[in-house]
Order: sequence, then C-alpha cells, then structure tokens
Amino acid sequence: MLLSANNYDVIVIGAGHNGLTNAAFLAKAGLHVLVVEKNSYTGGATASRELYDGWKYSNSSYVCSLFRPEIYNALDLGRHGLKVIPLTSSMTFKQDGDYFGSYHNPNVRRRELMRHSMRDADAAIRFDADIMRWCKLIRNFLLRTPPDPGSFRPRDAFEFAYLMKKFHELSESKIYEFIRFFTMSIAEYLENYFENETILAHYSGGSIIGTGLGVYSPGTAYVALHHAMGDVDGNIGAWGFARGGMGAVSGALASALQAHGGEIRTDAEVAKILVSGNRTTGVRLTSGEELSAKIVVSNLDAKRTFTQIMDESDLPPKLVERARNFKIRGSSGKLNIALDGMPTFSSLPKGSPLTLGHMHFTDTLTRLEKAYDDWKDDRWSTDPYCDVLIPSQYDPSLAPPGKHMMTVFVQYCPVAPEGGWSDDKRDQFGQTVIDQIADYSPDFKNLILHAEIRTPRELEAEIGLTEGNIFQGELTFDQLLFNRPFPGYAQYRGPVRNMYMCGSSTHPGGGVMGAPGANAAREILRDLKKPDTTPAAFSDD
Amino acid sequence: MNIGHEHFRRALQHTPFHDRIAALSATEDWTGWNGYKVARVVDKLSTEYFAVRSGCAVMDLTPMEKYRITGNGAREYLDRLVTRNISKLRPGRVTYVIWCNDEGKVIDDGTLFQLGEYDYRLCAQHHQLDWLLMSATGFDVHIETETHDVAALAVQGPTSCSVLTAAGFDKLDQLKPFGIVDLQCKGIPVTVSRTGFTGDLGYELWVKPEDALNLWDAVFDVRGLYDIHAMGLDALEMVRIEAGFIMPGFDFNTAESTIRNGHDRSPFEVGLGWVVNLDKGHFTGRKALLAENSRPARRRLTKIVIDGNKPVREAFLYDRKNGEQVGEVKCATWSPVLKANLALADIDCVNGKLPPKLWARLDYQRELKWHTAWAECHVQSKPFYNPEHRSATPPPRF
Amino acid sequence: MTELTDVVVIGAGHNGLVCATYLARAGRKVLCLESSDTLGGMSAPRTIAENYHFSGLAHTANPVSAAIRRDLKLQRFGYEPGKAIETIALDLEGRHLTIGANRISGDALSESDAKSYIKFRKQYLAFAKAMRPLFENKAPRLKHMDFADKASFAMLGWNIRLRLGRDTMYEFLRVAAINIYDVLNEAFDDELLKGAIATDAVMGSAMGPRTPGTVLTWLQRLHGELNGPMFVQSGERSQLVHALAQSAEDAGVTIRLNAHVEKILIENGKAFGVKLLNGEVLEARTIVSNADPRATFTQLVGAPELDTMFANRVTQIRGTGVVAKLHLALSGIPEFTGLTVSQLSNRLLIAPTMRYVEHAFNHSKYDQSSENPVLEITIPSLHNDAMAPEGHHVMSINIAFVPYNPGGDREEQQTSLFDKVIAQLGQYCPNLKSLLVDHELLTPNDIEREYHAVRGHWHHGELSIHQSFMMRPLHGAAQYDTPIESLFLCGAGNHPGGGLTGLPGRNAARRILKLGRNA
Repeated sequence: MLLSANNYDVIVIGAGHNGLTNAAFLAKAGLHVLVVEKNSYTGGATASRELYDGWKYSNSSYVCSLFRPEIYNALDLGRHGLKVIPLTSSMTFKQDGDYFGSYHNPNVRRRELMRHSMRDADAAIRFDADIMRWCKLIRNFLLRTPPDPGSFRPRDAFEFAYLMKKFHELSESKIYEFIRFFTMSIAEYLENYFENETILAHYSGGSIIGTGLGVYSPGTAYVALHHAMGDVDGNIGAWGFARGGMGAVSGALASALQAHGGEIRTDAEVAKILVSGNRTTGVRLTSGEELSAKIVVSNLDAKRTFTQIMDESDLPPKLVERARNFKIRGSSGKLNIALDGMPTFSSLPKGSPLTLGHMHFTDTLTRLEKAYDDWKDDRWSTDPYCDVLIPSQYDPSLAPPGKHMMTVFVQYCPVAPEGGWSDDKRDQFGQTVIDQIADYSPDFKNLILHAEIRTPRELEAEIGLTEGNIFQGELTFDQLLFNRPFPGYAQYRGPVRNMYMCGSSTHPGGGVMGAPGANAAREILRDLKKPDTTPAAFSDD
Repeated sequence: MNIGHEHFRRALQHTPFHDRIAALSATEDWTGWNGYKVARVVDKLSTEYFAVRSGCAVMDLTPMEKYRITGNGAREYLDRLVTRNISKLRPGRVTYVIWCNDEGKVIDDGTLFQLGEYDYRLCAQHHQLDWLLMSATGFDVHIETETHDVAALAVQGPTSCSVLTAAGFDKLDQLKPFGIVDLQCKGIPVTVSRTGFTGDLGYELWVKPEDALNLWDAVFDVRGLYDIHAMGLDALEMVRIEAGFIMPGFDFNTAESTIRNGHDRSPFEVGLGWVVNLDKGHFTGRKALLAENSRPARRRLTKIVIDGNKPVREAFLYDRKNGEQVGEVKCATWSPVLKANLALADIDCVNGKLPPKLWARLDYQRELKWHTAWAECHVQSKPFYNPEHRSATPPPRF
Repeated sequence: MTELTDVVVIGAGHNGLVCATYLARAGRKVLCLESSDTLGGMSAPRTIAENYHFSGLAHTANPVSAAIRRDLKLQRFGYEPGKAIETIALDLEGRHLTIGANRISGDALSESDAKSYIKFRKQYLAFAKAMRPLFENKAPRLKHMDFADKASFAMLGWNIRLRLGRDTMYEFLRVAAINIYDVLNEAFDDELLKGAIATDAVMGSAMGPRTPGTVLTWLQRLHGELNGPMFVQSGERSQLVHALAQSAEDAGVTIRLNAHVEKILIENGKAFGVKLLNGEVLEARTIVSNADPRATFTQLVGAPELDTMFANRVTQIRGTGVVAKLHLALSGIPEFTGLTVSQLSNRLLIAPTMRYVEHAFNHSKYDQSSENPVLEITIPSLHNDAMAPEGHHVMSINIAFVPYNPGGDREEQQTSLFDKVIAQLGQYCPNLKSLLVDHELLTPNDIEREYHAVRGHWHHGELSIHQSFMMRPLHGAAQYDTPIESLFLCGAGNHPGGGLTGLPGRNAARRILKLGRNA
C-alpha cells in the first residue's frame, strides 16, 4: 500500500480550495494525484471546523461568490454536496441611529436609496451599468493564463491580442473610463456617482477588505470589482453562503477529487520540495518521509513556497529576492462569535430583513480612512470596518438549536502591533470589535457564549497564510495579471522544472474563486500533452 | 415625499388612485412600474383597447417620472439638454423632446411642459434625476423629482373631451393639442394637458395626490352617460404601437444603461431625426450627431406591417425567405382596428438604405406545438393609426 | 475694438510663452494675454520688503530640454541653467545625508545603501528615459490612433522591451504603477535616504509615500533630470522666463499685460476670439489657453458650450494644492547645525523618515495641517548676491502638507503655520529666529488667488495615474485640442504635466501646427 502510494504523478501541497481544485482537474485527466495537507482537516482557509461541541462553522473565509460557476459545473460540485445560497442584502448602521439598507428587493432598495438621496437613487443605475461593464471585461481574463510580456512566443502574442481585442470592444471613452477606474481610489470613484456620505461609505467598504490600502488609495476601485465580479446564479455581485459553511466548498472539491481517484493525506506537512538537477523529484515531509512524484504543485503562497519549503540554492537569486519582497502583509482580523440567541439591533424595525445580510458600522469615508491610518502605524483600527454576518439564520447546521453564529471580518488589523502580538493584545483587539457592535446592539454582549478571535498571527499559524494575508499577496498593480506573483513567473510554472504554483498568489488572485487552481491545472496538462479537463469561461454574449 | 423606515414591508407602493383601480380589478393582474403597483389588465384587454379607440379609457400615470425644472437659467439649461429647438415653446404649451449623451445616443424621451416663464415639467420614461443634475453643472437652475408629489391620470379616447366636460371641466373643447390649462373640477384644482400616449384624442390630468380619489370619482360619476373603462398597461402597449410611438428602454436600449458597446442608439437610428435640430446652437451630443449625420445611416427603427395573422412576439427579419438576417422585431401587436400585424423593427441599412424586401420568420405555437412561418413585411412611414378627431379643435362632441 | 490675429494665447506663464513662441516662429501672428502685470506665472519673480528677491513659486528647476533651448534660441537670450546642486537630508542629530546625482554620503549611511543608491538611481533614470516617447510627445490615443500615436507606442514598446532588456522591463512593469514606499523599502534601510526620495516623489501632490502612483510622479521628476541636474533659480540668467520673454518678442509675439480674459467667444462650436474683463473683444483663428483646464472650461468656455458628461468630468478633475511657500528675508547667514556655509547652497530637506512624510500627509486628508511638516529649503542669495541686500539673505521654503480648506480664521491659520515652520526649522538652524527681517507666506489658498491656479495646485491638476497621459487633463481633451473647434490647451494641466519643462507648451504648439492653418 505504502509502496504503491509513494509513486505519484502529481503531489499538490496544501488542501486549500485551490489545491483541491487543481488536483481534481489533474485527477480527472487520469493522473495519479496526492494532496498533502499539514493540518488534520482539509480546506485551508475554506474550512468549517467544530471547535466547540455543536458549533461547526466557517472559520476563515465566510462567504462565497467568486467561486467560478464553470468550475462548479465541470467538477460536478452540486452532486458532491455543495449548495450556495445567495445573500443579496447589506447595510450600514449610522452613528445617528439611522441606517442605510441595500435590500434584496430592487424596488425596496431603490426606495431606500431615495430615502437618503433622490439623486443617488438614480445615480445607482449608472453606477451599476458601469460596474457591470467592467465586470464583463475582467471576467474574460479569470480563467486564462496571463501573457508574458517578456516572451516572443506566439501563444503569448495571441493572449495579448485577445486582451487587446476585449479592450477594443469598448468604445474609446469607455477604455479611458476603465483605466481610470482601474487606477482610482474607491472613494474618488464613487464620488463620481454618489453624494450621500453613508451611501459612499457603504459602497466603499468592500474595496478595502483584505488590502493594505485605504479608501482613498488609488487601486482600491479595482479591489471593489474583485469582490463584485462574482455572482450567484446571475445575481451579479451577490455573495452566497455555502450550506454547512465554507467547509462545504472544500468538502465538495475533495469529494470530486476522490471520485476521480485522487488522494488526500492530512497531518502531512511538507518540509521541502526536493529538487535534483533543476527538476523537482518530490517532497519531504516534516516527519522525514519522502514522497516522490513527477510533478509538484504548491498551493502555498509564493513567499512561503520560495522562502520556506524550497532551498535557496535550488532557485535563481533574483527570484528569491522577489519572494522576500513579495507584498503579503496581513491587514485583517476575524471574530467568530457564538451567541445564545439572535441579537437585536436598536435602529432596525422589527422584522427588518437586513439582519440576513452583511452589516457594517462605518458610515463615513473619513472613519474608513482613519481606520487605515491606524494600520499604517502598525496598530489595529480603534474604529475598525467590520463586515458582520449571522449565517445561522439561513443555515441551522452551524449552531445548536436556538443559538446563532456571528462571523465578523475586521479591517484593519496589523501583522504585528508594536512589540508583537500577545494573547492579551489579541483579546483587546477582539474587545474593540465587540464594543463597536455592542454600540448598535444592546443585548449583544450578554448573548456571547464564546468568541474565536483571529489576528494575522493566528491566521498564519493555523492556515499558513503568510502574515495572515487573505489573498496570498496584495492585489496591487505590481502583483496583478502578468506580475502575479512575480514578473516572468505568472504562468503557474515555477523556476525549476516540473514545479508549479496554484495558490491565490497567482493570477487572478484571492477570494474563494478556484480560478488559480484550474488555470494551473490547464498549464500542467498542457506541458504533459494531456487533454485539457479545465473549463473555458462561460460567455454571456 | 416622506419615506419612513417601514417602507420595506411593501415592495410595490400604492398610487393615490390604487383603491379605485383595485376595486375595479377583476383580473388582479398587477405589475411593478417605478416602484408602484399598476394594472396590466384591469378587466378585459379587448374592452380596454376598444375603450381607447371608440369610447373613453382612464389610466393611472402617476408612476411616470416627473421633474420640475425652475430658475432663471431653465431655458438655457433645457436648450443644452434636449436635441430639439424649443425656442417656440411658450407657457401653457407642451412639446415632445429627447435627450442624448455626449456620444449622441438617446438617453430617454419625454414631454416637456412649460408651466410658467421659468417653470417647466419634464415627464420621462426612465429615472433621469442623475442625468438632469449632471447636466445642471454651470447653470442657474433648480431640479426636483415630483413623481411622487403629483398624481397623474390619462383620460383618452374619442369621447374623452365629452366625458371630462360632463364631469365638470369647462371649455375643454377649446384646448388645442399640446396645450395646457389650469381648471377646476368640482372644486379640485386640476392641470389639464391635451397630451397622451395612445394616438387618439385624449387628456392628461395632473393633481395633488390628496385630490386623486375625488378626481377619479368625478370622472367615473358620468359613467351613466358614457362608457368609461379603467385601462392597464397591456392595452396601452397595443395602442401606442398603432400610433407608432416608441419606448426607449423597450424598443431600443437607453444610452446610459448600455453595457455593451454598440447596443445604444442615436436619434437618427430610432427614427427621431425630426426632433434633432443641429443648427440650434450647442446641445449635448451635437458634435457626435453632426458627425453621424454626415455618414450613411447604419440602421433604423422602422414601422412595419407583417402580412398574415400569425402572432408576432420576437422575430428576426431577413432580406428574403431563408436569406440574410437584417433585423429584428422590437415590439409588435395585432391591431384590432386595422386587422393587421404591426411592429417596430430594428433594421440594418445597406449604403444608408433599408433592404428592398423584408421577410419575418415567425415562431408561434398552436396548442403547445411550435411552428415556423414566413411572412413578408411592408415598411410604413406614417403612424399605423392616426384618426382625424385626434387633433381636431374642438373635438367631435358626443 | 476688434483686432485680427492668428492666435491668442491666454496666460503668459512659461508654457504659454513657449507655445506662443513656437507658433510665432512658425509664422503665426500671436498675441499673448496675461492677466497680471508680470510675465511668467508661477515662475515670475517676487519681491518682499523691497530688496529681497525670490524666483516665485518654483525655487528649483531642471534645465529645459535641449530641443526647446535650441528651437527658441534660449541661450542667445541669456538662459543658462544654474550650478548643479545636491540634496542634503537634514538629521536632527547632525548626521546629515548628502544626496547627489551620482554620489551619496552621510555619517550614518551604510555601505550597502550607498551602493544600492547608485544602482537604484541608474535603474530609475533608465525607466524615465524609456518613457521619453510618452513624456515628450502628445499623449497617444488608445483607439483611432494617428501615425504619431502609433509611433509613440512603437518607440515606447521598443524602449521598454528591447532597450531596457527583459529583466529590467519586468521590473519596470512591476513598479510603474505602485507606491514609492514599497520600492524604497525594498532598496534601502536608511530612513533619511528613504524620506528624502519619498519627498521628491510626493512634493506638490496630495499623495503620501504609501499612495500608489508615487513611483510615476518620481519618474516624472527624474525625466527632468535627463536634461541636466537640478539647480536653484536665482535671478535673471537661471530663470527661464526672462529668456523666454525675449525669445517670444524676437519671434514677433505680442505680449499684453493686465489683459484679463473673461470669456472665450464661441459660435457654432468654434472658438473665434476672447472677451476681456474690460469688454474688449479680440478675434483670432486659434485660441490657446495656458490657464488651468478646469478654469478654462468652466469659466472661460462655460457649460452651455460643452456636452454634459464632458463638463461633468471637468468638475471631477482632482487637484488641490497641498504645498505652501514661505519666503524669508534674513539679516544674515542662517547657521545649520552640522553644515558649512558652502553646503547651504544645496537643497535642504526636512523629511527624516517616510513615516514622517506619511504622517504629514495624513493630516491634510482631513483638512488639517501637520505639527511636523515636510520642508524643502533653498537659499537663493547664496547663488546670486543680488537677491538680497549685502550680507543679507533670502530663504525659500516649500511646506508640505498644508490643507487648502483649513477652516477657521485665515489670519490665525497663517500665523500658526508660520510659527510651526519657524519652530521646526529652529531645531536645525538655531539662529534663524534672530535673523528674520520679513516674510511672505503663500498657502494653497493664496496661490489660487495670485496665480489663478484652481485650488492652488502647482500642476493644474493632480499627477495621479488616472489623470496622466491620455487622461490628462481629461479624455476628450488630452491631445491639446478640445471639443471646441480652434480651442487648444497648453498649460501644466495637460500632458506631460507640471514642472518647468515647457513640454505642454511645445507639444501644444506642435499639435496646432500639425492640424493646420484653420485649427
């Protein structure tokens, strides 16, 4: 058994969603694939764990929208148990006791916009059309390998031509508008549409999630798109809950992988990728065991891959320098709070559907920007931006009967506050967040049964995301498209032969999207001259 | 307009006339229009249709977007906004206008009411406040949405003048087409305009929301003398096609909501070149339209009659049976008055001209079985239906 | 009164003069109108307390390009760039850092940083050089390109792919759109050095070192260095405007001072003249505006002549000045701890760390001014005795970041800012306070009033990526021509932007000449 197992075509390091996606497509092509995972559970940041009896919920990533429907379809994930329930509302509480709600019903949403600003209600139509146009453009590139500007191969020229062609489908003024969008800050971009402070803050929030940038930093408008380009069954920009938590996503992927004959080994941490004669030969686990394989794929972030599990002597010096300088700073924290019952929010009328969606408490751009100023100085935001959801309202499997589970994503939280993290500081950080929520929900604090507080320190230690960066590397211009993760290495191939990368560090980046994993599989199959099992993008034209 | 925190409890709001229409509704066939609940059919479609064409039909227009434009710079502002030369517009008159974006593509159309020297109302198909305010930069003008503060009722059909006169509107027969007059009806102040979207004789009544029900009752009080019916959107769709009126957003995509390049349309392309005055001075889109005007037309939204009686909904057009595809039907109806299939179709031009022959491929079903038929189409330049009494002053009395 | 000329240029700032002179040399009859009583706009000299002279807003400059010098015969009219200076980044403990074009020295500087600096500068100069086709021609369009646009792209592609070489190209594509903060942290350890370069990247912009786009602003600055090293503007010969004025006159440009244009006259979408504040109408075939594009379109042209979206985009142009200028008249030589008198002729910077610069910027985001501003100091009288009475000196200081809209009492704001700067400077220059004779403080507000620069911005619009190249000042008017026929733009608000380069003026003139007689 051990002997036969120790002879793989491919070893994928890390059973996060991209690792599993990658492995599943390779297994589907008939390759003998093993996924090794350091933790005792699969999923990485896409996991549901039962840390307390009766509470099994998403620990890290918590909503799902970017996951490509093409991959869902090609791997038959529905039959492997995945269900994504659309989540179509969001809201922002105001300090003055009012709130802005982006309701799921379009008529109600429009009226709510009108309640805050008649003009903004109409401007939202122009905004939606523009964002939709940019989404349509960007989506073309998600399931494709970025062209290499340093290459003269016909394939790269073709990909560049494809990129240009898609751009040229826009009118000239829209091309400029797109470049402006791509290079502007979210706050300034939104100010071209909206006048109401709360509406501006509400729509800005998504753009700073996971980034080391503020709402006034150029480049954040694109991050908004990165969060908005997903859809759940045609609800563009809508998020969804995976029933059973995000573990259902990785669970379905693992099941698809196994159905195609792939294997997963947990509690198997890779110490080194073995290289011999500029070619990978396999991996050595921390236990000392060596596993050989023709191909090794790393789902770890690029910094970890090249600075921790590969020998510097096996790598080009330029690449090692790039990996060291790779921008992968954590900026987010996470609280998972178990509640004895459903909290009430004083400003919401009874029966308001808004608790079903995202809830935010930051109602001005200035508050958002000041939250960023704190982070720039290596402090957690004293008035953070929180993305709060109570998924147990939809999904009773997450919490014991009558109880509720609240997930809180917090921006910003530093990689390390001055003097480093301690348990004490972590709890203070958690308290800051809890206090903010309690300002709007009087019974909230009394309902708390237990809370899991995760700063970048915890995220790195548990999941292996360097510095707790949720995207495995910042989504800034120097790390997008053919620059992701490094110029010259954006086509999923590593610096040594038979070594590949498939994590969110590669194009098109983070979020539970699966596209990097699928794209990497396509390149591997191409090199092996095997038929492509990965899907092409759905087109809506 | 006061929107409280509880508005989410009712997705579609009730118009000020809702109670009366609900009482008449036999079908409960409602739909949403601009956040309001409106009837598609109140009782029976053919009854409502013939009420417009031979009697009197009443329709709730409240959800139509209405904007009030005031200020010393209002005229200059409107001149720059719309494509049409409005220098002849005077207080008490209405004119049909369209407005374009910078690229010369149609954003929307509407009727412009001049209520006073510096006081205008613009009625539009779609939400326009954003565009109207963007256009206001640099002008001494004040713009407000009054959609929800003015209730509007269309009273249309050959007997509409007689109905309203009987209901208590004095001297209405002197009002010319596109005229506006302030009248009292049983003590209710009503602004009446001789306008409509049916292609028949008709009036539109504008009142405060709190007077809406009394106005409705005043009109329906004369039901003993005249046949009056409440009408829904479906009948309106039939009569507006007969009249050859186009609907931005339905017959073509409006410019500012267009996502795909080339899916928007210029005034020339939708047959509205007659409301574009390139020599009137600057207006938004003029430069682009000047350039377009110097090139042969690429396509044109065209009125066509389709032979036969097969129902038409969506259909592609070809230059001959089984030939090249040259266009598509945007809206169509069977005309009970004309006993003909009428349609508006977007047709590609060759060297600036429509193809000499047009054929429609019609997919239709009989008892749930689908069939295909070919029917020849004939281009019309005039409205399909345009009765004389529509524009007669005074209109015929009944 | 009606007077017939070929071209009216509105504004006799340096770009207006460059444009006017090029056009006149090509045979056009050019009238240049200036609203104030001096030529040069932001580079016009200023005087305080009668005998203390300053070079205006721009106290340092790089030489203008050889092409402009040659075309406009500037040498013949006395233009001579000043002596090259270096930058001294001041340290509170006196361990200053001297940063030159090809050398760097400082007590606390590590050897590896010294080496990195030379390498770094060389690499970024190569980047700037590669971008020349983009900086020095009209910004190419991205659709409907003409031959020149295609040529610019071809040159740019050639430069980036082939002249830089593969690895350097990768590096260029990686850094071009990001922030200077990350780039400097990768290259150096020395805080003083990073603070100094970061300051050069952000000075004049409402951006901090961490703001993406600051590598580009720094590259634009380096692009100026390609023409020669930075010098202090100190009197006639080094000040471009003097030679420009003479060259313009020589070419036959008529210059009228105190001629304030109120309106550009337009008929049927075509500009045909200007109306002055005094009611006078001047007709011309071509109108060129050196004014801020925002002022040009919203005030001189007016919304009724523009399309809605275009007019709206004009109002969205971002550009709020965040730099104040402080001119000090001093009764003697200021003594800086750790610096010799001869070192004082350099440019001195107070920007000890990138975090310091970032903090100074933070406040301006909320319309506040920092307790610890970034200061850029020159002492022009050390370059030219005539700038001040004998034994006396003038000091010119750029203060960043100063809010445009501080609110509160204006006088009070001015006094508090002045006190803050003097206190800050006093830490490095103990005798400064005792030397003060007089001063002049120009906040962004004052700059707006004095120079008609909308919101007091040096460059008539932020040099952010979304307002650069084919989007500067806005698309639809990014190739110097405008939606109004016969109306052109030639100021710093246009590609390639601000600084004493004369490039917008020259490019605009070339565009006008290219479009022919009736343009």
